[in-house]
Amino acid sequence: MTKLKPWISLGGIGVFAFLLLGVAPLVLTDHWINNLGKYCCWAIVAVGIGLAWGRGGMLVMGQGVFFALGAYAMAMHLTLETAGDRIPGFMVLYDPLAPLPAFWEPFRSAGFTLLAIVLLPVIVSGILGYALFKRRVKGAYFAILSQALAVALATLISSTIRQTGGDTGLSDFKYFFGFVLNDPANKLLVYLIAAGLLVVCLLAVWQLYRSRFGELLVATRDAEERVRFLGYDPANVKLVAFVASALMASIGGAMFVPIVGIITPAEIGAAASILMIAGVALGGRASLFGPALGAMAVGWGQSSLGSTWPDGWTYILGLLFIVVILFLPNGLSSLPARFAAARRSPAPPPPTPAAAAAELEGVRS
Amino acid sequence: MSTTSKRLRTLTALGALGTTVALVLAGCGARAGDSASAGGTSAAPSCVDTSGDSIKLGFLNSLTGGMAISEKTVSNVLHMAADEINAGGGILGKKIAYIQEDGATDWPTFAEKTEKLLTQDCVAAVFGGWTSSSRKAVKPVVEKHNGLFFYPVQYEGLESSPNIYYTGATTNQQIIPAMDFLATKGVKRLFLAGSDYVFPRTANAIIKLYAAKLGIQIVGEEYVPLDKDDWTSQVAKIVAAKPDFIFNTINGSSNVGFIKAYYDAGLNARTTPIISVSIAEEEAPAMGHEVTGHYASWNYFQSLKTPTNPKFIESWKKYPNSSGVTSDPMEAAYISLYLYKALVEAAGSFDVDKVNAAAKSNAITFDAPEGKVTLDGDNHHISKPGHIGQINPNNQFDIVWASDKFIEPDPYLEGYDWFPADIRKQLVDAAG
Repeated sequence: MTKLKPWISLGGIGVFAFLLLGVAPLVLTDHWINNLGKYCCWAIVAVGIGLAWGRGGMLVMGQGVFFALGAYAMAMHLTLETAGDRIPGFMVLYDPLAPLPAFWEPFRSAGFTLLAIVLLPVIVSGILGYALFKRRVKGAYFAILSQALAVALATLISSTIRQTGGDTGLSDFKYFFGFVLNDPANKLLVYLIAAGLLVVCLLAVWQLYRSRFGELLVATRDAEERVRFLGYDPANVKLVAFVASALMASIGGAMFVPIVGIITPAEIGAAASILMIAGVALGGRASLFGPALGAMAVGWGQSSLGSTWPDGWTYILGLLFIVVILFLPNGLSSLPARFAAARRSPAPPPPTPAAAAAELEGVRS
Repeated sequence: MSTTSKRLRTLTALGALGTTVALVLAGCGARAGDSASAGGTSAAPSCVDTSGDSIKLGFLNSLTGGMAISEKTVSNVLHMAADEINAGGGILGKKIAYIQEDGATDWPTFAEKTEKLLTQDCVAAVFGGWTSSSRKAVKPVVEKHNGLFFYPVQYEGLESSPNIYYTGATTNQQIIPAMDFLATKGVKRLFLAGSDYVFPRTANAIIKLYAAKLGIQIVGEEYVPLDKDDWTSQVAKIVAAKPDFIFNTINGSSNVGFIKAYYDAGLNARTTPIISVSIAEEEAPAMGHEVTGHYASWNYFQSLKTPTNPKFIESWKKYPNSSGVTSDPMEAAYISLYLYKALVEAAGSFDVDKVNAAAKSNAITFDAPEGKVTLDGDNHHISKPGHIGQINPNNQFDIVWASDKFIEPDPYLEGYDWFPADIRKQLVDAAG
């Protein structure tokens, strides 16, 4: 039984990959493929949040910061690629005579951009995580701090309109590393890259969760002091998970840009960062598939329910959130475990903290 | 050990599969520099269905979020115009069936919904938007799918697109008349206050160039983000700079905070009047403070005496969800739908290329509430009269200045020698 379980998860990832990479391009229209690509980007971020929050207990409320690092690195490269040897149009508009800001210059290079998408979030989250976890900052303080950073970055971008495009954001990308973005075949390629990266991230956390590191991470979440007494440094354990989640957020942000075609501070600020968390909580933060599926469900709800019922959609999301927190604290992915438990004992006891913790163990696979 | 190597093999296989798929696809996509890549030639053929007795149009405005308060009015007046046109027999005999989408004050959402309207709902044209940011998000999408977008709000100019029609004022129809008015008032010291986004930044860049020509000194320039309401420290700078006049390009509810800080600092309409380009009949009563005596530059005012204005005001007052007053952006939105009707009927077709060809005649006109407007087929803007109004105690505007004739649209300011030619060229190239 226990030996079989990992292979069930791996099979699940296989089925998921088949649906995303094989079935979806055949049955969905270009518009919905593009939307699905966007949900995949949020799902990549969500997988990282699942790792940091679900397994590591760090409530990362400011993933928008790392999302922004990847997204703006990519957007700057695509803007320069579109502009060619000219200065991007929006900069001419605000200050016709000033040159290209110096920090844009390296993003002309495709290699530098790809490197920046990977290294920037690792460096920033590494320094930030080291400073915070070594000082044993945790719980609400950590959450508030990370959220404040997202707000600060969004405000900074809004107020530097000539350097970053400000509130209007960066848009109108024509090329993606030499490929014409308007071509439907290339759009599909970009989607497949995003979906493929999501599958890779799922495989990575699947491997992490079943490794000794995964055990240590959960132990740190549930009893940090005990882990310390056993001779481990919880700060290092948390740092690794935090850096990995930042990296995933950055990758999600980088793919968001060619798929959606525009990036603005509103996509990285407080509200956006909370929405990223909402999907994870909805799906089940500690499970393997919960975060990704939850984020995709929230994205889908925004596109389709937001269309038919613009005023009502946010209320539905809020209500769903309350219901899940009240009755299914471990998300929708804990439902099967709930049913199984209910079948075993017809009258389940009211969920105690211990029972909830046991359930959390149950959804880990 | 064997499980590890198996796992590795699985991972390698998956990676190889992904790479293969990517390479196969890369083979069929267009690369930069291909002949097909230059224009919109890769756009799929239009899916608009013109066989039935109705035609689908898309309306796109923010019904939620910060801009909803302004944009709902535009959305409602579009519904009213559609009802009127349907009552009169529709467009080319087809009734308008509109699909309303919510842009949610989020620019990527505007892009997504435009794509949905054009490719999923197969609408013949999209109407709406308000902020320049939303228009800039929509622009690449309509260009990619060779769709049509009708944008109804005054904006900063320096833009044109074969797929967008602009029924609000460009800078030479609103900003430049306002500056001409200030020059006739003998203004020497001008302060610029604006929200921090595309429109105010660009408008002020143009104002500074023209002020130099007119001999008006710009004594200060301050910006506050769209969603921030605290203007206290910026107004302190205005007090210190002692301007004769304030040029206000603040948009939305941030105006309320500005007006409050302005009066709190002891400024008033007699000593330091404000000329605004985004406070109209709708906004004036919502300022939370009496704003009598201040000015606004628009093309349309509810107080205009034209043959068609009384009917427009009357219909609007009777319309459900009406605010009771008419304003420039609503009137421009009203024009946009009628202009589309005139274009389609001149073209005899809903086809985008045929509609654009019909526009080239420069003979498409509409008897609008602001007067008879004519469409410029090359830049897709319309001729407009320039007006300056002064707010009276009823929050209506007394017309204190009018341009001597309709002003032809000139988005790139080609007819103005003070606008540097090299900057114009850079902008056209960048838009290219």
